[in-house]
Amino acid sequence: MAEEKRLMKGNEAIAEAAIRAGCTAYFGYPITPQNELTAYMAKHMLDHKRTFIQAESEVAAINMVYGAAAAGARSMTSSSSPGMSLKQEGISYCCGADLPCVLVNVARSGPGLGGISPGQADYFQSTRGGGHGDYFHLVLAPKSVQEAAELTYEAFDLADKWRMPVMILADGLIGQMMEGVNLPAQRDLATLPKKPWAAGGQAKDHRPINHVTSINLVPAELEASVKARFKRYDEIKAQEVRYEEVNIDKAELVLVGYGTGARVALGALEMAKKLGIEVGLLRPVTLWPFPEKRVAELAAKGKKFLAVEMSMGQMVEDVKLAAAGKAEVNFYGRCGGMIPTEEEVLAEIRRLLKK
Amino acid sequence: MTEKTFMAGFGGQGIISLGQLWVYCGMKEGKEVTFFPFYGAEKRGGVARASVIVSDHEIASPLVTSPDSAVVMNMDSLPLCEEVLKEGGTLLINSSLVKVDTKRKDAKVIKIPCNEIAEEIGDVKIANMVMMGALSKATGAVALDKLEAILKSFFPENKHKFIPMNMKAIEAGRAAVK
Repeated sequence: MAEEKRLMKGNEAIAEAAIRAGCTAYFGYPITPQNELTAYMAKHMLDHKRTFIQAESEVAAINMVYGAAAAGARSMTSSSSPGMSLKQEGISYCCGADLPCVLVNVARSGPGLGGISPGQADYFQSTRGGGHGDYFHLVLAPKSVQEAAELTYEAFDLADKWRMPVMILADGLIGQMMEGVNLPAQRDLATLPKKPWAAGGQAKDHRPINHVTSINLVPAELEASVKARFKRYDEIKAQEVRYEEVNIDKAELVLVGYGTGARVALGALEMAKKLGIEVGLLRPVTLWPFPEKRVAELAAKGKKFLAVEMSMGQMVEDVKLAAAGKAEVNFYGRCGGMIPTEEEVLAEIRRLLKK
Repeated sequence: MTEKTFMAGFGGQGIISLGQLWVYCGMKEGKEVTFFPFYGAEKRGGVARASVIVSDHEIASPLVTSPDSAVVMNMDSLPLCEEVLKEGGTLLINSSLVKVDTKRKDAKVIKIPCNEIAEEIGDVKIANMVMMGALSKATGAVALDKLEAILKSFFPENKHKFIPMNMKAIEAGRAAVK
């Protein structure tokens, strides 16, 4: 019989989905509003005889993730905005060493310590390679507790498939709210992908030593490895772009939003419909790779855009890049932990369409 | 049907439990639900707030900005609820602790002496359950039938002895709405 739907906080659903996906090693450090995630892992990872460590800092936690991933573990860390900033050096190292791992950012408002209320101002950091060097990694943005569980579960497979970190970019609202969730099935660890590139264990099967590292002091070689990685990025862009669309065909104006911003935008879309105003919604599920082709197609059809974000305007730049001057791109956002309301977005829609 | 409710009271009155149980029952009745607690840096004594939505459809924004109904568990919560309640919405007031009349003349006002009813049943702590019964009767969003089985799956086994008392409180709350 199928398991019953459970009422869970986003943070807890992410944690449970990670365990079910076969996360074998979790390293965390407390920070609001993601604490329930670390607490849940503390409680449940040991039940499954897996590794849980509360590290001495975020920096330590991400380097433990690096070590565990290099040794072949399904490795994970989570934090919230200021903590994610601390992890960026380690994330760059993971990308440079082609290490699969899952990173969760239950984002709050910034900059600096900022506040503990929900925010989406880490978009640039998440999608542009937030540490040093030339790199990208997959970024998935859930809109609900259900999707937070599903995307976390898939993130581990995507990380192994592409040998790169995969980030779940949620926000304090997704982390703190409770919704019904159907959880994915428990993975048998014996069925997880083999990792012949991982370090350690060479004495057992008499193979040469595997070096897992991001360092290469020969410029020509390093350039070649970065270029090879960028070829992989092109494949990812061709295969992994995901988005959801609502009411696009009838609409002159398309709202663009992700995560909580998309939920608010959907509410505004429904309110507009009741007034006889048709607007659409494009919700990127992958923030990197961004659904740039789809935005370009819609721009070519003469659609206008309104990006809705919980920031001063970050994703809107990707919309503008993709629209390449062929469409009007507008922005509405709140920041500092304020969440745009459906009413505010509706007012902006009416102002733009003069309806 | 979509019922958006804003709940407020002082920390310790069981606002968070009330909101969680409300949406849990809604989910068990096959509805889409969202519960968002206001989380701040307060500890004890601050105002506890929760936004809950129960719907037959996918829920758009989980944030409740103009609720169909509002639950006022104490005096401090009244202005908060009066400010956000939508035009003609339902205001459920715990009249044991809120002794003044609301300024919102457009609202449908339901006064329930939750603390007195809870004390008569046996414990003032279940005033929130009295309010949940009233909310069910007033809005119809969550039927709260088949309650016993749902409560048994919500509470851990060692709390099951309190279920009959909670059910009495919910029934009493329902009966208190005329």
